[in-house]
Amino acid sequence: MSDTERHQYDVIVVGAGGAGLRAAIAAHDAGARTAVICKSLLGKAHTVMAEGGIAAAMGNLWPEDNWKVHFRDTMRGGKLLNHWRMAELHAKEAPERVWELEQWGALFDRTADGLISQRDFGGHRYARLAHVGDRTGLEMIRTLQQRTVALGIDVFMECTITHLLKDGGAMSGAFGYWRETGRFIVFEAPSVVLATGGIGKSWKVTSNSWEYTGDGHALALRAGAGLINMEFVQFHPTGMVWPPSVRGILVTESVRGDGGVLKNSDGERFMFNYIPEFFKAETADTIEEADRWYEDKKNNRRPPELLPRDEVARAINSEIKAGRGSPHGGVFLDIASRRTPEYIQKRLPSMYHQFKELAQVDITKDPMEIGPTCHYVMGGVEVDPDSAQSTVPGLFAAGEVAGGMHGANRLGGNSLGDLLVFGKRAGEHAATYASGLAARPAVDEAELERASEENLAPFDNEDGENPYTVHQELQQVMQNLVGIIRNEEELSSAIKEIDSLRHRIANLTVEGHRQYNPGWNLAIDLRNMLLVSEAVAKAAFERKESRGGHTRDDFPMTDYAYWGKRNLICELSSTGEVGTREQSLPEPPPELAELLEEGH
Amino acid sequence: MGYDLKLKIWRGDSSGGQLVDYTVPVDEGEVVLDAVHHVQAMRSGDLSCRWNCKAGKCGSCSAEINGRPRLMCMTRLSDFDPAEPITITPMRAFPVIKDLVTDVGFNYVKAAEVPAFTPTAEQPQAPFRMAQVDVERSQEFRKCIECFLCQDTCHVVRDHEENKPAFSGPRFFIRYAELDMHPNDALDRKKLVQEERGLGMCNITKCCTEVCPEHIKITDNGIIPMKERVVDVKYDPIRFFRRKPKAETR
Repeated sequence: MSDTERHQYDVIVVGAGGAGLRAAIAAHDAGARTAVICKSLLGKAHTVMAEGGIAAAMGNLWPEDNWKVHFRDTMRGGKLLNHWRMAELHAKEAPERVWELEQWGALFDRTADGLISQRDFGGHRYARLAHVGDRTGLEMIRTLQQRTVALGIDVFMECTITHLLKDGGAMSGAFGYWRETGRFIVFEAPSVVLATGGIGKSWKVTSNSWEYTGDGHALALRAGAGLINMEFVQFHPTGMVWPPSVRGILVTESVRGDGGVLKNSDGERFMFNYIPEFFKAETADTIEEADRWYEDKKNNRRPPELLPRDEVARAINSEIKAGRGSPHGGVFLDIASRRTPEYIQKRLPSMYHQFKELAQVDITKDPMEIGPTCHYVMGGVEVDPDSAQSTVPGLFAAGEVAGGMHGANRLGGNSLGDLLVFGKRAGEHAATYASGLAARPAVDEAELERASEENLAPFDNEDGENPYTVHQELQQVMQNLVGIIRNEEELSSAIKEIDSLRHRIANLTVEGHRQYNPGWNLAIDLRNMLLVSEAVAKAAFERKESRGGHTRDDFPMTDYAYWGKRNLICELSSTGEVGTREQSLPEPPPELAELLEEGH
Repeated sequence: MGYDLKLKIWRGDSSGGQLVDYTVPVDEGEVVLDAVHHVQAMRSGDLSCRWNCKAGKCGSCSAEINGRPRLMCMTRLSDFDPAEPITITPMRAFPVIKDLVTDVGFNYVKAAEVPAFTPTAEQPQAPFRMAQVDVERSQEFRKCIECFLCQDTCHVVRDHEENKPAFSGPRFFIRYAELDMHPNDALDRKKLVQEERGLGMCNITKCCTEVCPEHIKITDNGIIPMKERVVDVKYDPIRFFRRKPKAETR
């Protein structure tokens, strides 16, 4: 491999979404030689699709809001399975991270006083999300991208990392290929920050793009790190359902935050029938109270449409199963009858545009048809909350690829905050780790040879299978057997199916050559998708309770006594199989635990 | 409702290529990008194209559809006669890498040349106070998804490679306009955009505005006001010296 392109850095960041770019900026600012490596062009990462906003208790509209309330909302939304320290850091630091974006040129929507405006979202007691219409993710990624470019940080675009490299037990770099040429590239670096996002491309109905193949999750597993609570997958309640080609595309929660309601085929606002005991005290039980809440949050409780996403997704699923769905197998999301066309177009321009152009529906006149779509994975790399470092020295993770922050269910708006808060922390600590080493770790040449052979294997097969076919089958398995509602029988057949697919991907064939070849790229990504799907299915099999983004119809209750105190860790065995083990959930100190009680 | 769609897709690389015929089954409500994905899955696994969000938000899947620069994910098949083939070619203003993928590096070079946002001495540190009405003009330009269709269609560079070094193009003229209209930005980039970034080469034919999938009024709200401001600064010395503070000129 002596002729392979090589680069030396202190910190390499894999992924250029919100977490990756924020990490790179932080590492650069800490004096580290830093590079960002991303599968797509700069500015196209999944963050660009985030719509609603960044949850941060700035108190611009509701002075009553503060980090303690945000901490409580996050923990309760996560069904108390969050790592308390991550939720605490996030709630405390998110406002600073938002102001930092403004400092770098972001233009958020404003309050009448000229401050950053904040909008309502599910599970948040106060209007808390800094936003720009319904294109907040675009504003965030553009701001971070422009900052990255202004600082002169090196960016390797359309470059995919396939292997992490180790020297002894610690990181020594990464190996990958350029999409444009298919040629290999080696990064020698003591610190690697994973910021690769999620895993949703393994499901059929998903809001996620082709990039979301769980690369970082799989890389971490293979490097010896643990994944925490992978059974928790968020199905966003509102994805498009019609026409078929757009099934799964996200419809922002802002529609409900801004006054939209869910109705079944009888025209009933059915969410009032699905208020769980856990949220009864803070949820309106009449339409009148719910409607008053938008203007007066002190004397009224939140509408049930703004319950956390897991609750709303399950309710929609039940309505459809009960035969009260819309013509195309969803339910109705109606803002047209509740807000003026001007308000809707001003607050939700991209939803207006999306429905008009893709579904030929005018959302200012007619209700939308929506249904649950695979959106986000709460599970991820087990990290130290303060430093974002995994159990492997030199390997860091931030954003969706990291686990713990969101517990069993993520609140809307907490993802963008997570990216910024833990992106910055990961970048800083990665720089500190690199500068603290006495000697640079070495790259093992034999490891490079193996990586190269593995990546090229699909070209050597004459009569193997088409990677697109195997991918579609995996999506069908995960959709049918590891979806919103799960049970033991289906999960065990999912584990068997995944195992048989794993054998089939050893025998894929791709046509053409290495230059910009999506078939070959998919064949490589499939290995990650299979490994991560195995982790999700096995963890879901193990956790015998229902909580947040994990619902078992054979164990419908939330088990506070046993599972409420346990994380599940997935690790890779020496034979390449995923195993699970239980770990006790860290308990918050008394002053934080007290905030989680009713009445706070 | 499904039918067999005929496609002509440009296949090739920097050394040359040609249109290749494909026929794929398509369904109701599908867009051009779906048809391209069908070709990849069923006919030709190594057909190259860029895409990410499939919802008009990321600006990756730019191409020319029957000669017109468009996003493949936002172009519905129902806009075309099912009996006629649809022709898909890569963006013409940029060098081809392979099939529908072009080298858009030109845009990243131009992006790196933009002097960054610089807060004013009055409000050097966020949180800033800015009125909604004052941020709205720049917000229009920040809707840009960087699909680069405006750059592709702009006749100053579309068939004139020689103009590229001195011309940033419509996408970046609205970036300069955005910064110029930012209520708390201190830098004056007008001379720079006129003399070194090629604003003067634009003769406002509005082709860029026509292809913008975000419906940004690139020419009317971005380029023309920038040209007017440049003229104010350049040729009117009295007005130059009497110029009101930046925040009040809008």
